[in-house]
Amino acid sequence: MPSLCRDCLVRLENGRRCPHCGSPRILSHPELFDLTIAHMDCDAFYASVEKRDNPDLADKPVIIGGGRRGVVSTACYVARIRGVKSAMPMFQALKLCPDAVVIKPRMSVYVDASRAIRAMMDELTPAIEPLSLDEAFLDLTGTERLHGQPPAVMLAGLVKRMKDELGLTGSIGLSHNKFLAKVASDLDKPRGFSVIGKAETGDFLYDKPVRLIWGIGPAAQASLDKVGIRLFSDLLRWEKADLTARFGSMGERLWHLARGQDRRRVSAHEPIKSISNETTFFEDTSSIDILDGHLWRMAEKVADRAKARELAGRVVTLKLKRADHSAITRRITLRDATQMADTVYRTARELFDQVGDQGPYRLLGCGLSHLCPESEADKSGDLLDPGAGKRSEAERATDKIRQKFGDDAIIKGRALR
Amino acid sequence: MKISIERGTLLKAVAQAQSVVERRNTIPILANVLIEAEGETVQFRATDLDIEVVDKALAQVERAGATTVSATTLHEIVRKLPDGALVTLIADSAAGRLTVEAGRSNFSLATLPKEDFPVMASSEYQSNFSAPAGMLRRLFDKSKFAISTEETRYYLNGVYMHVSESDGGKVLRCVATDGHRLARIDADLPEGAADMPGVIVPRKTVGELRKLLDDDDMAIAVSVSETKVRFATPDITLTSKVIDGTFPDYTRVIPQGNTRRLEVDAAEFAQAVDRVATVSSERSRAVKLQLDEDRLVLSVNAPDSGAAEEELAVAYADEHLEIGFNAKYLLEIASQVDRENAVFMFNSSGDPTLMREGNDQSAVYVVMPMRV
Repeated sequence: MPSLCRDCLVRLENGRRCPHCGSPRILSHPELFDLTIAHMDCDAFYASVEKRDNPDLADKPVIIGGGRRGVVSTACYVARIRGVKSAMPMFQALKLCPDAVVIKPRMSVYVDASRAIRAMMDELTPAIEPLSLDEAFLDLTGTERLHGQPPAVMLAGLVKRMKDELGLTGSIGLSHNKFLAKVASDLDKPRGFSVIGKAETGDFLYDKPVRLIWGIGPAAQASLDKVGIRLFSDLLRWEKADLTARFGSMGERLWHLARGQDRRRVSAHEPIKSISNETTFFEDTSSIDILDGHLWRMAEKVADRAKARELAGRVVTLKLKRADHSAITRRITLRDATQMADTVYRTARELFDQVGDQGPYRLLGCGLSHLCPESEADKSGDLLDPGAGKRSEAERATDKIRQKFGDDAIIKGRALR
Repeated sequence: MKISIERGTLLKAVAQAQSVVERRNTIPILANVLIEAEGETVQFRATDLDIEVVDKALAQVERAGATTVSATTLHEIVRKLPDGALVTLIADSAAGRLTVEAGRSNFSLATLPKEDFPVMASSEYQSNFSAPAGMLRRLFDKSKFAISTEETRYYLNGVYMHVSESDGGKVLRCVATDGHRLARIDADLPEGAADMPGVIVPRKTVGELRKLLDDDDMAIAVSVSETKVRFATPDITLTSKVIDGTFPDYTRVIPQGNTRRLEVDAAEFAQAVDRVATVSSERSRAVKLQLDEDRLVLSVNAPDSGAAEEELAVAYADEHLEIGFNAKYLLEIASQVDRENAVFMFNSSGDPTLMREGNDQSAVYVVMPMRV
């Protein structure tokens, strides 16, 4: 069976230990050198960067997250053993693991590390689709002649280089499509290398829960539960038409995924679908003034990003989380797409006023979706709001000043609340 | 209850009722029509809790009584019965069924108790007057296209019917706007309407009302209170809640100082706009108007799909002007003009434009330009 030593990258015919370096980390799979779609996922990325930069932390439970009020963004493997998970509220994490070292995220350091990894991946293939700072899909189809080595060897080399040169570890999933590659990378973490071959796809998925699918969260799971779909084998019993009738486009996707089919390409240019921003408050609040200040700042950030990408959006979304973590989402479709902070803010404020809930709230966010090029946006004024034109001119002027002198050069009074 | 009624009469009454009933109902009784038979008439009543319609029809009442039955099912059955058939409705309250008989057809429909049917509370109307159907039809038909569908500005989701002044005289006025265009239609104030409170008549009510207004000379009894409005013919009574909100001060929206006057044949103009807009693939199709002396060039330039241009002979004596509009809005206001030429009054390319029919001030439209 085709095999590979993950430490010295030597190709073997079989064996339990590498005859060259003596390492037991041998990877064997019948399709090992034929598969080309991979998913690379760094192991506890933020925490690993912190541990690398501060060796004192090596054996301690480390949690990266935003202060007492925030949520866990990453927990190192020591903390994970104690039950700490990503996205868990910090107070809960600290209850499980009171001796954890909580570190505020140092985004710029992580971005640097991510860039270094990206540079290494760029040497493997141009077809890279980053999902976030610490994970990416890679399509190595047709690169064997270029590198003189099959994808599996190059990928093992990638994680080895990451460990040697950057002090960071990652796990690889190798398969024949994105869905399975992503599933595979999670099978054997940390420092894993998992392979799902074409021949075994059906058997592999058969008794796995459908929540394995990226994008099937608790809500989707609940609606699938209602019709008795829990495992992939349950999905196989459904006709494509029935799934589509019940779940729309997701239904059709599920039908294919149940058969291990996923035709999505690894593409670096996945168009963005929405722009949003949210913030968790230091303290729960029901003060309209404070919330209004946050709302403006969120709207401004969203508009800034839209403008930077030359995009505008037709749907404005408001997101609120009450003190008990229950969420409220409201959205509205505008007649005219916008990229103006003023319009996003006013629309979100109207949505907020209609919620009719006293709070207190712990989180507020807003977003723009149904994006279009900025040339199609903000074309017509509002008869009933004659001041809108002036405000929009003021915003464009402020943008120019901020571009020249920095974001804080000129701000609205309400941004200070 | 047992009644016999001619199929055509029944269809007309049930059709009116079933159109008020919402297609999707969480409260089962709201899907039903309340049928009440007494003396020589039978009454059909339907409601969505905001609008109530009561339709009276002559029938042979053998046994008085009342019941409720699914409005859409009854409507579908009656619609499919042959013309001229005599339909017999027999309610069996013990079995909870309504039997519908016509010729050799026989239907048995599930009923719900009449006591559960919500009847709209009657209210004190501050103003009662009579208006010809033709006049009301003009007021609402010419304004309803501008009603907003925006949920946030719910107070724009209807036609603002109120008493106003024009040329020193009082008028009955209907205004609708969605922030992009506005329609303001005036009619002579009917006798007894002067004290009428201004009300926002909801979009759905405007649609239902239209069905009462086909006969030009029919006198419609109109009753208005702060919270409700009622329109009645001898047979049909339409009662509706009005939108609880304040209609914005539209008077400041209507431009007074626009001096650049364009006069154009409305039908020719609309056809040209429609033609050039064909090449645009955007959601909001923008049409550019270029005006020079007695010449109008309409153009659309859509980088992805193509370009179009058309020239029209018009009456225009002012300096060069370029201004853009949403093609749909231009078409809608141009189609309101049916007797004379359309007269546009422009200011600059960023200011609202006014349109009216000839010099007729009783129907005025305002449309916001768009960047092209």
